[in-house]
Amino acid sequence: MRYLLLIANDESALAAMSPQEGQEMMAGYAAFGEEMTARGVLQDGNRLRPTTDATTVQVRNGEVLTADGPFAETKEQIGGYYVVECQDLDEAIEVASKLPHAANGTIEVRPIWEM
Amino acid sequence: MDGVEAAVARAFREEWGRVLATLIRTTGDWDLAEESVQDAFARALERWPADGVPRNPGAWLTTTARNRAVDRLRRDAVGAAKAEEAAMTAPVGDAAEDGDDGDGDGGDPRGDPSGIGDDRLRLIFTCCHPALALDARVALTLRTLCGLTTPEIARAFLVPEATMAQRLVRAKRKIRHAAIPYRVPPAHLLPERTASVLAVVYLLFNEGYAATAGADLVRTGLCAEAIRLARTLAQLMPDEPEALGLLALVLLHDARRATRVDGAGDLIPLADQDRSRWDRAGIDEGVAVLDAALRRGEPGPYQVQAAVAACHATAPDAAATDWAEIAQLYRQLARFVPSAVVELNRAVAVAMADGPGAGLALVERLEASGALAGYHLLPATRADLLRRLDRRPEAADAYRQALALAATDAERRYLGRRLEEMALEPSAPSPSSVHNSGRS
Repeated sequence: MRYLLLIANDESALAAMSPQEGQEMMAGYAAFGEEMTARGVLQDGNRLRPTTDATTVQVRNGEVLTADGPFAETKEQIGGYYVVECQDLDEAIEVASKLPHAANGTIEVRPIWEM
Repeated sequence: MDGVEAAVARAFREEWGRVLATLIRTTGDWDLAEESVQDAFARALERWPADGVPRNPGAWLTTTARNRAVDRLRRDAVGAAKAEEAAMTAPVGDAAEDGDDGDGDGGDPRGDPSGIGDDRLRLIFTCCHPALALDARVALTLRTLCGLTTPEIARAFLVPEATMAQRLVRAKRKIRHAAIPYRVPPAHLLPERTASVLAVVYLLFNEGYAATAGADLVRTGLCAEAIRLARTLAQLMPDEPEALGLLALVLLHDARRATRVDGAGDLIPLADQDRSRWDRAGIDEGVAVLDAALRRGEPGPYQVQAAVAACHATAPDAAATDWAEIAQLYRQLARFVPSAVVELNRAVAVAMADGPGAGLALVERLEASGALAGYHLLPATRADLLRRLDRRPEAADAYRQALALAATDAERRYLGRRLEEMALEPSAPSPSSVHNSGRS
């Protein structure tokens, strides 16, 4: 069973981090990646550039409409994601709870709709 | 109702949850399982009058439902492979085919590594998975474990039938799509998940308990369903003293149910209830279950609340209530579930044990904390304590504050009467009417 773990956090808080805090966070993700790779859980994952670099795209009446920014203005933004292969939701929850941002952000666990 | 119909009705009450739980495990498909179990009961109504009631109705129903499931899958081309599988998966230790299963109670080790054998336990833990919304957990538990129909559940929770149907469909879909496991959680998850299961059962009980006399029978019937579930849980989790604690708690509350409301639907304070109408057998059973739980030496919030209920239920009259013990129990409860409402109850008990002044000091500390701002029982409690201290103008003020916050007519009528008394007569002691353990 594959799940997408969406990591949402306040990116302004992220930008305000001290270099040391930033290093600790990266170390936390490195440890997570190592553990989950060793367990055979991790399939894919990336950090995303902040929403200030986001572009939304829509096509209406054949016209491509682009706009600066994310599709929703929210307090927390998607800052990264992982694709994990888990036994069931309990394992996915356990994996998600080990993400460094679970402690101060929010992880959304979404089952992947296999085609 | 003739004998066979009665036997089917009894089998429905006793076996529905167990048979469905097994079918969900063997088919892995909640809807298919539900339809097949319904078919099996319909078949029982057809066959039993001619063939006689089987020696083991549960085993007969399980076998019949499983055959129905296989039939249904065979009719469905894509289901053919699944049918093979379902037919092959004669579940470990389940000898239903030769009509020799269905005891299932306690200690039946159906190859479950956790040592907890009954499929109903898998079912209730899955229904009460914290990834499901609370209202969905409750609805799913009633539908699957208790066998209530969707319209009945809708009526019990005062929502439109379509809303309830949608809620159940969504919950079952999420279980499938998000792969919520059908199992009793492993040891490291068990305490948290058990708490979720017990909370659902207690919520069910409280829904029924809050329904007044004359309310829809389905609603008041929730108490009986909750007690049945609590019994099942206590039986299936004999090593979990909190399951026993919950059973004791609901039994003790339920024993006083008949006397809590007067003819006008107003709540009767505990002190004024007619104790001769309390259900003695229920109280005795509740106390015995509580004693068995406490002997384990692992107290928890349900056991402590049951102990409070036992103090009230076993006092021969209101004056004989052991308030010092109750105050002590609330102190213990606050350690398990730190909450301002628990603290308020403790203040009431302290006032009864050590005098209104001692209780008032605690109430004022609570007020200063601001934790219960807007909760009418806070000024109502202060008002009653001030009245007992004969500080009538202050008491009247507090009653007015409580009146402004009270949510129900019955509460407003009660507070209004008290407020009038403050203007009329010298205060008469009617102390324990302020006791608001949440259960009058």
